[in-house]
Amino acid sequence: MNKTVTFCLGMLAAMPAFAEIEFAGRAGGDFRYFMQDPAYPEQERKQLSVFAEPEFYTQWNSGDDSLLVKPFLRYDSVDDNRTHVDMRELMWLHVADDWETRVGIGKVFWGQAESVHLVDIINQTDAVEAVDGEDKLGQPMVNLRWYNDYGTFSAYILPYFRERTFSDNEGRMRPPLPIDGSAAVYESDDEERHIDYAFRWQRSLGMWEVGLSYFDGTTREPELLEPDLTTESPVIRPYYAQIEQVGVDVLTVQGAWLWKMEAIYRTGQQEDFGALVAGFEHTTVGVFDTQYDLGVLMEYQFDERENNYFAIAQNDLMAGLRWVWNDIDGTEVLTGFVQDLDNTDTYSAFIEASSRITDNWRWSLDAYFFASDTPDDTYYFIRRDDHLQFTLEYFF
Amino acid sequence: MRLTNKFFAGLIVVAFASAIQAQTGNQTTAGDDATAKGLEIAKERKARDRGWNNSRSEVTMILRNAQGQEATREMKVDTIEVENDGDKAMTVFQSPRDVSGTAFLSFSHVVEPDEQWIYLPALKRVKRIASRNKSGPFMGSEFAFEDMTSYEVEKFDYEYVGDETLDGQDMFILDQFPRYEFSGYSRQRVWLDKEHYRVHKVEFYDKKGDLLKTLEFKDFKLYKDAFWRPMVSYMYNEQTNKSTELITESLAFDVGIDESDFDKNSLRRAR
Repeated sequence: MNKTVTFCLGMLAAMPAFAEIEFAGRAGGDFRYFMQDPAYPEQERKQLSVFAEPEFYTQWNSGDDSLLVKPFLRYDSVDDNRTHVDMRELMWLHVADDWETRVGIGKVFWGQAESVHLVDIINQTDAVEAVDGEDKLGQPMVNLRWYNDYGTFSAYILPYFRERTFSDNEGRMRPPLPIDGSAAVYESDDEERHIDYAFRWQRSLGMWEVGLSYFDGTTREPELLEPDLTTESPVIRPYYAQIEQVGVDVLTVQGAWLWKMEAIYRTGQQEDFGALVAGFEHTTVGVFDTQYDLGVLMEYQFDERENNYFAIAQNDLMAGLRWVWNDIDGTEVLTGFVQDLDNTDTYSAFIEASSRITDNWRWSLDAYFFASDTPDDTYYFIRRDDHLQFTLEYFF
Repeated sequence: MRLTNKFFAGLIVVAFASAIQAQTGNQTTAGDDATAKGLEIAKERKARDRGWNNSRSEVTMILRNAQGQEATREMKVDTIEVENDGDKAMTVFQSPRDVSGTAFLSFSHVVEPDEQWIYLPALKRVKRIASRNKSGPFMGSEFAFEDMTSYEVEKFDYEYVGDETLDGQDMFILDQFPRYEFSGYSRQRVWLDKEHYRVHKVEFYDKKGDLLKTLEFKDFKLYKDAFWRPMVSYMYNEQTNKSTELITESLAFDVGIDESDFDKNSLRRAR
């Protein structure tokens, strides 16, 4: 990290001292209520938490250079692992005519699907944040993006690996023994200092969006090692293998329809495997003579892996509704149901609703449900973790 | 006799038919005149607004619902003129704060469906938008996406309706019928002044033919000695009593942007 510090200092020196700093961000609190008694004795039913994500931005060279600093802090009343701090972004962006560089810590999203993000691999999931897996830890990177008539080419050097976050003993949504994220085992002797590489090409072709990607380095999604039950307080340890992954993502627009597909092939873990998600989103504008938009989503999820804690989308079907009110408060409701096609007793469901109270305040109400009677299914471990989460956020 | 009767009956049918034909013929001629004059006015309107190149504006949008609740949105809009096609535009929202940094990129087309993308800064995700959303509301306002896209002659069929004096200015009244199959409107009635061919008022009729919205343009300013732009646009929904006001806070032309600035990479960087 010393190099990064030296680099950042160099960059700051190049920045005129009179640069104006914009300050923005969000802060808030959330309350989780679990609808059943916990499956494991140490766990709680109520969880209260507060968080803040301030943002500092400045630009110079008439906007060709900019710096964004965005730390994130959370305090949780129950789960010590959920109480955490992360630098979400500390990014220097330099823009030229047909290329740009991003150096620092940041977040990158790849892909087109809604229910599973297979292709998206640059950032580690901040799994204690939310079950949907869409919160990410800041990833140190050097990124070059080059664009022309043939699309956008991106290359990434990722010099430092971020370990996935997991709930502790008191936290819900975990296997019977907690996963000790800090006791991670690596295939590479360089451990989290292994340098990873990634490449991506993305292009719009009329009604089509096409992307190809390649990743070589430490897997973001660990495998779990058998706990040593002879020790006094056994834990599950994550194992991070060296992998190669190729991905393809495609979207096409046909009137009110969006057709989406993502597929990957990954080698280097216990088994080489392919995975796929494909489906559609159909939006009706002004449904039933109202101002509402109603979207219908359906996605099929496939993963070759048989027995992996994180591979839950093995042969599943997601059906969902997106209801956009088009009102002053920006009210939106997204709800979905995911059915395992191999085990009828395994399914999950979610509702995510949010709206504005004033220009600065926003509430959201999320509900998640998990069910399984199959003892080796991931959802069996968290079958009693159905919960409601109410969040109040202030944007400044 | 039978034959004669049949003969006469036939004669009557033929006479009646030709009478109808004559009548329709007359109507077609009158309709053709109105169509031709309508198209001529539309072409002149477009001709007077060609060559403005590109522009950047800061816009305040005030939304009001029937209960009097009011909300303000601020956005930056970059637009570039594309020859022989619809314009390209990028809109970046600055308030409310929870959508700050959210950006829309749209390539509007004359006949083909528009291409649109939205950038969601929290997810760092660029999403393609289904093209049949033109009739849907723009950011919860009374403006539909199709009201915000550039005016192209080929988007409509026309009919000249008549002349009228509005606010002391001589106006043409024109009916324009959207050619786009999934437009939210059956018809738009447009008032243009005869001097500069500037649109002052539009009435939007829904698919059932009922009056849905009225749009008024006010406070015209002249740019580059050739192009008139309204500083205030006021859209009123006649069926729900909701309204939206668009106020141009600043507007500049030839701001040094080109077509390559309207792509997904710029969308990601938008602030």
